[in-house]
Amino acid sequence: MPNRHPMIDRMKQIAADVASKHAPDVDRHARFPVETLAALRAEKALSAAVPEEFGGAGMGLRDLAAMCAALGQGCGASSMVLAMHHIQVGCIARHGAHSAYFQDYMRGLVEHQWLLASMTSEVGTYGDTRSSICAVDIAGDRFTLNKDATTGSYCGHADGILVTCRRTAESPASDQVLVLVKKDDYTLTQTSTWDPLGMRGTVSPGFKLESSGHVDQIIPGSYADSSAVTMVPYSHVLWAGLWSGIAADAVSRASAVVRAEARKRIGETPPSAILLARVSQDLQSMRHNWQQVAAEFDEISADAGRREELTTMNWALRFNQLKCACSEAGPRIVHQALQIAGLMGYKNDSPFSVGRHYRDLLSASLMVSNERIAAKSASLLLVVKDD
Amino acid sequence: MSSKEQQDESIRQILAEHGRLAAPASSIARDAELSAHGLTSHATVNVMLALEEHFGIEFPDQMLTRGVFTSIATIQAAVEKLVDAG
Ligand SMILES: Cc1cc2nc3c(=O)[nH]c(=O)nc-3n(C[C@H](O)[C@H](O)[C@H](O)COP(=O)(O)OP(=O)(O)OC[C@H]3O[C@@H](n4cnc5c(N)ncnc54)[C@H](O)[C@@H]3O)c2cc1C
Repeated sequence: MPNRHPMIDRMKQIAADVASKHAPDVDRHARFPVETLAALRAEKALSAAVPEEFGGAGMGLRDLAAMCAALGQGCGASSMVLAMHHIQVGCIARHGAHSAYFQDYMRGLVEHQWLLASMTSEVGTYGDTRSSICAVDIAGDRFTLNKDATTGSYCGHADGILVTCRRTAESPASDQVLVLVKKDDYTLTQTSTWDPLGMRGTVSPGFKLESSGHVDQIIPGSYADSSAVTMVPYSHVLWAGLWSGIAADAVSRASAVVRAEARKRIGETPPSAILLARVSQDLQSMRHNWQQVAAEFDEISADAGRREELTTMNWALRFNQLKCACSEAGPRIVHQALQIAGLMGYKNDSPFSVGRHYRDLLSASLMVSNERIAAKSASLLLVVKDD
Repeated sequence: MSSKEQQDESIRQILAEHGRLAAPASSIARDAELSAHGLTSHATVNVMLALEEHFGIEFPDQMLTRGVFTSIATIQAAVEKLVDAG
């Protein structure tokens, strides 16, 4: 394994010093984690995914996911914000690197640490990210783009949003492009409330977006391509990374309870230590799953001649399976941690509480529905031969 | 009709039946991007199954890319390669 990027240790520090301190309040009030974001900006963490040639840290997917895992141990919602931001920057870095506009934008992002949000969901497409109703309307070198999104995490706190839409008003629903819209050029009207079970600090109500901009802000190529080789891989790996961070913090709370017990009866292994051995095994599988997929992804991405491999159905299947497996493992692991910690884990005001972890991780299987993903995998398996 | 023309014809029929395209498959230019005509990844699977059945071929995994299903011309190139190899 290559050496850990120093940014990962800085995330551990921010998780311990800032994110975990504010997490209970962020969760209670379903408010944006402003303190953590300020700390991330101070470390230039928001440009971690920007290639070095444009001034960023140029981190690969494995390191970015390790960043999210580290931050997720302090505050799941903060880490989800960081992950979603990295996903948007990844799309720009990997698909806009030949555009003078996006090169400049990335330099600006490094300097100003702009935060990017995402609008793939839309009223009327029922959770299918690969179809859009809205279309980008081009006149000369300007466009207008309006979208009614069901869920728009931290859109009210972002400096820009990547929006999926149809390429033209005549295009079929699946012929999409990704468009960057900037804060000064859009208005947002909140259309629903945000009082969910978990991931409360992502502040993700519905929004009506009205925007305009220069045609250069349309990411070159098609969303079919950027979705397959960047948006889906980045989403599933980074989410898996942060989910494993949340799960790891729950396990570490449970193991603190077990250690306290062991100190009281030295020489006897507490019965709950057996449960700890089991949950630790599940956590390892979960981590190794995203680490391996990310390492292979980075290897392929480093070799321009192999990039086409990422568009194979085999890879689509692997990303799907990673997402479903890790989103199911997360809540299961926290459930086991709760069994170990007992009442100390069940009480919200105990230092060993795993309530927020549990609620946060219940979003994992819904955030792109596992049933929807499994249906796609089932269809891919009709032709993939694993040869 | 040459065998190449027959292949082109069969591919268009399969696309018409399983591709759920926005335009009639018979009128689409050979090099036109099928995604712009509404070919989704889900429909691609059905098109592939029909091609495998019709031509008696099997697409190996490394050929299950979006590149192969870009246009009628790229599909035909792949089919020809597999038919010749079979
Ligand atoms: C914390 C959080 C943050 C989010 N942030 C954003 C954001 O920033 N931007 C954004 O655009 N979106 C965001 N989303 C929305 C997300 O991307 C999905 O669009 C959304 O979670 C899906 O909503 P749904 O369950 O209503 O829809 P669906 O996916 O349609 O699922 C509805 C139900 O239908 C079933 N179902 C659907 N399709 C199939 C199928 N093919 N086969 C079998 N069953 C099926 C599912 O089991 C499910 O029960 C966020 C979601 C969460 C939870």
